[in-house]
Amino acid sequence: MNSTVFAPWDDPQAKPLIQFKNVTKRFGGFTAIDNLSLDIFEREFFALLGPSGCGKTTMMRMLAGFEKPTEGHILLSGQDIDPVPPNKRAVNMMFQSYALFPHLNVWDNIAFGLRRDNMPKHDLEDRVEEMLRLTRLEKFARRKPHQISGGQRQRVALARSLAKAPKLLLLDEPLGALDKKLRQDTQFELMDIQEKTGTTFVIVTHDQEEAMTVASRVAVMDQGKLMQVATPDRIYENPNSVYVADFIGDVNIIQGRATSTGADTYRIDWAEGQPPLTATSASRFADGQTCHLAIRPEKVTISAERPADAVNAVQGKVHDIAYLGNLSTYYVELSNGIIIKAQTANTRRISRRSFTWEDPVWLSWTATAAVLLAD
Amino acid sequence: MRRAVLIAIPYVWLLALFLVPFFIVLKISLSDIALAIPPYTPTLDLSQGWAGIKEFVSQLDFENFVWLTEDDLYWKAYLSSVKIALIATSLTLLVGYPIAYGMARAPEEWRPTLMMLVILPFWTSFLIRVYAWMGILSNEGYLNQFLLWTGIISTPLTILNTQTAVYIGIVYTYLPFMILPIYAALDRLDGSLIEAAEDLGCSRMQAFWLVTIPLSRPGIIAGCFLVMIPVIGEFVIPSLLGGSGTLMIGKVLWEEFFSNRDWPVASAVAVILLLILVIPIVLFQRNQQKQAEAEQ
Repeated sequence: MNSTVFAPWDDPQAKPLIQFKNVTKRFGGFTAIDNLSLDIFEREFFALLGPSGCGKTTMMRMLAGFEKPTEGHILLSGQDIDPVPPNKRAVNMMFQSYALFPHLNVWDNIAFGLRRDNMPKHDLEDRVEEMLRLTRLEKFARRKPHQISGGQRQRVALARSLAKAPKLLLLDEPLGALDKKLRQDTQFELMDIQEKTGTTFVIVTHDQEEAMTVASRVAVMDQGKLMQVATPDRIYENPNSVYVADFIGDVNIIQGRATSTGADTYRIDWAEGQPPLTATSASRFADGQTCHLAIRPEKVTISAERPADAVNAVQGKVHDIAYLGNLSTYYVELSNGIIIKAQTANTRRISRRSFTWEDPVWLSWTATAAVLLAD
Repeated sequence: MRRAVLIAIPYVWLLALFLVPFFIVLKISLSDIALAIPPYTPTLDLSQGWAGIKEFVSQLDFENFVWLTEDDLYWKAYLSSVKIALIATSLTLLVGYPIAYGMARAPEEWRPTLMMLVILPFWTSFLIRVYAWMGILSNEGYLNQFLLWTGIISTPLTILNTQTAVYIGIVYTYLPFMILPIYAALDRLDGSLIEAAEDLGCSRMQAFWLVTIPLSRPGIIAGCFLVMIPVIGEFVIPSLLGGSGTLMIGKVLWEEFFSNRDWPVASAVAVILLLILVIPIVLFQRNQQKQAEAEQ
């Protein structure tokens, strides 16, 4: 592996900036966070991803100091921060609603945190100007929050939370209020700023595309537990559970029984009258064990004839086509009623599409394309 | 046509219920006292035609207003009214703000009940409630009985017929007018703003002064005007609770009309009172307008 790749989580010597140690958080009878341990490293752009109610916001609020763990501890640079109130933590937060002070203009909003530190006037002015430059807001410094656009407000909120140069910046659904186009631009801007300032970012989002784009590592959460913590490509290519595979992106899940046919190779019997499938897997499966085969639609090839060298091939007919512009997703119904999605890039114009509704087609994929998951 | 009617309605309302009565009072204030019915001259006699109107106008003069400047009772009463109104408004704010704050911070399901409790006194006659305070504050009243019983005092406190009683009465009566606009402002306040302030290094107290107070300012201003404007002309509370020692212009006005039966001087007092009130009313309207603009 190249030594310049940023991957402190693979380095046993690296000291994490934040450590969750067996943290549990209960609200009354409801367990929001369930015995969770997690390390986040300096300069990381870490994403907490999950459906609403999974506990990701609670994690963030505990880091900011608005909630205290019921059990366990949170360490920042090796120090237990549970007793430290929010105003004494070197942690700043960018709120989902931005929480800009409506009675202060952009300049004063950014200066708000610095003033609390009694920063000398000259340094304070320099710092605010620097933040305005960083977020390209120089022209709007004297405007009130209601006089600027949503995207500008988002940048003010970012500038304000970065002004105090926190060790850790928390971003709660920072792009949720922006429209799609602006959101994509802003994602790259966020990554740029994160790199320039070298601040550790923890972002909470329910948008998996956003998490995959910006983050160095993604934690997929469900019901107060971490399902998988890994880099975006590993989360996508090697999900460790059906939940993660299903939550991230589009996927076909085929249930069947595994039988070992050689080193790391399994035969999967999955339906009456259908040929068995072949898949490789590094994890062990007992013969006859129930398993799930997860295949991404873009790894399934669609063709009119059975490809001669295909390891896995099934036949069906086109049930539906979802035309997405750049891509088309074919919903192919097999003879036993199961629907498998196959995605192809639309490199030709739509009038020259090879397949249409009710066409008999073959779907094929390689032995390594699919991920074999236990129950 | 429809638009003209819609615009006309508030103007007709204003004309019939404010401007016409005001000009009648203004006219009386320019007249002279007379032992007659009505108790002033001149009265307009349109049967005389143009000469009658000229005769009528020639008899009007400003001597009642001159009189108001000559007798120091009047300007002292005005001054004392404004002073009492200012102090009473501050006291009402001091009592009302924490109540409004508590209401806005209370659990969602409690708020309608708390709101009800604030509004509930309006369902009883205002006069009865002020009389009830006489029963509480008098020398043999419930308050003194209670304090004597607990042993905090050994002789009854004289509260009734002092300015203290007037302040208690005003604060009690006008409290809802202070609480409701402040509560409305605090209720709209986004809780994440306070968290943001704390996150940026504020203590709870600093966050309150730097965020909560400035953002509830429109409510504070509205509440203060809603209390101060009627209190300046207040008559019932000072006359029932204040005794003879409390000088307020509302009381002077009442005595001029009903004890002295000097309608022209009473009208002059009323006209000046209105002019004094126009200033805070205009300021209040501007505050409301600014707030409405800010919300857009």
